[in-house]
Amino acid sequence: MTDRNPAIDTDSGNWTLAIRRWLERRLPLDSLLPHRMPYYVGSWVYVFGVVAIAGLIWIVASGVVLAFFGPQWWHISSVGRFVNSIHFWSVQVFFIFMVLHLWGQYFMASWRDGRAPTWMIGVVIFAVSVGTAFTGYLSQQNFDAQWIAVNAKDATNAAGVGAFFNVLNFGQMYGLHVMIFPILVTTLVALHVIQVRIRGVVKPIDPAGSAGGAGEASK
Amino acid sequence: MSGAASSQDRYYAGIRMVRYDLVKELVIALVVTALLVLVAAAAFSSPDDPSVTIQTWAQSDPVDFVTTAVSELSGQSETAGYGQPYNNTPDAAQAIGPIQPAVWAGVSTPINPAQDFVLKPLTLASTGNPTLTAALQAYDQAGATQQGAWLDAYTKALANATASDGQVTVASGDYGPVPTLMSNLLAVARTGGLDGLLLDSGHFFQTDFTRPLLFMGDGSYLSNLAAAQHLTGDQWGMMNETGSYPGQTWLWLYTFWYQVPPFSTAPNADLVVVILMVVLTALLALVPFIPILRDIPRWLPVHRLIWRRYYRS
Repeated sequence: MTDRNPAIDTDSGNWTLAIRRWLERRLPLDSLLPHRMPYYVGSWVYVFGVVAIAGLIWIVASGVVLAFFGPQWWHISSVGRFVNSIHFWSVQVFFIFMVLHLWGQYFMASWRDGRAPTWMIGVVIFAVSVGTAFTGYLSQQNFDAQWIAVNAKDATNAAGVGAFFNVLNFGQMYGLHVMIFPILVTTLVALHVIQVRIRGVVKPIDPAGSAGGAGEASK
Repeated sequence: MSGAASSQDRYYAGIRMVRYDLVKELVIALVVTALLVLVAAAAFSSPDDPSVTIQTWAQSDPVDFVTTAVSELSGQSETAGYGQPYNNTPDAAQAIGPIQPAVWAGVSTPINPAQDFVLKPLTLASTGNPTLTAALQAYDQAGATQQGAWLDAYTKALANATASDGQVTVASGDYGPVPTLMSNLLAVARTGGLDGLLLDSGHFFQTDFTRPLLFMGDGSYLSNLAAAQHLTGDQWGMMNETGSYPGQTWLWLYTFWYQVPPFSTAPNADLVVVILMVVLTALLALVPFIPILRDIPRWLPVHRLIWRRYYRS
């Protein structure tokens, strides 16, 4: 049976159809998963962001294992210690390459041609990642966690944040670290990647000289 | 053609496109980082210096433990005079003129150090201990002036205290029931009982370590251990880790301000540095809209190195 009613596809009041069409228009698979790039995309700088994402994937994977067995497991199990070590070094990789990515994009002035929101979300990802790592260090349940909590409370309290973000409260820090912050970081990273893919990589800086501003028109 | 794809076609018009495999790049990155991380994990493991307990503190440095406990009882400890969010000590919270976020946020975690760290735990531990019960009653029935006199005299005597066999000994003097209170608190702490008593909240499950951490933080034992590991604020502590491991190196700029004047000597350094870092982070996010900052990449030749293939052509 192919007795399809054409009016269905032109139903302007259908929210589902409107969202689907908006997604099809804004997020075409050709843009999300391109198989061709401009020829100038040939520097290692373009790899930094991908390596940071790879680091994030290993952080989440090892973090899921650590969360599954509980916060004390890695202190009493050699396997747990190894998984924690994977988590620890993945965090280092993630931050090293995220910072390299950030500096690389700065020197490429990657916010040009309408890409300022992409840059701004990237900075937010960095800030949220710092918070995620901070709550991770507070969740270690060792001497370092104790000292960081005692030391850091003065800054959070002075800023008035300590009233609802108590670094001495392990339960709160652990919950934020294994649930809220990972959701925030991964969601923002996904949004950041979609932003990059929607607009594509920015062109090289015009040798003729341009202000490099956020709203600079494409040449 | 759909919107985003067609706008990219327009943007890249006239530019040669070459084959590129993003998914393969991600898979290779995953494999390489996995190898890197596995090798680092196997070779270097990860830092895990055991946590300090009230018990280890009382056993390792009983004089510091008792000195701290007396300061809690006399209201002279850091926590007692901290201000918000623990108590309403006037003018204690950091401020920049009229900007005083801690005061605005108020007391969210009320702490009475004398009661919470000393008297309540001792009361709970006094069952079956008539000597301690009598000492608690004597202390409670004495006036504030008398309590202050005992605590002041005992605090001075602790400067020359000695410790042996789990006992802290001071020169003879009129300290009232204070030595009895302190010797019992020390004894409970050395058995590990105080670790549990400080967590008592009326609930079976407990995940909030505010009280024991504040109590330990008021003493010198924890900070001395931290100083030995280069973790204190004036040692770039927030970005360091125990042992030789990398810590939160991404906090280098935040930590940097604490090392230099006027921040290193300012009584409100925490508030000033936090506000400064919020402003700097906002500036970083707004770089695309800030002249000079957004022009630097064009002035520096780094982009010519990154896109050397483009500029050669």
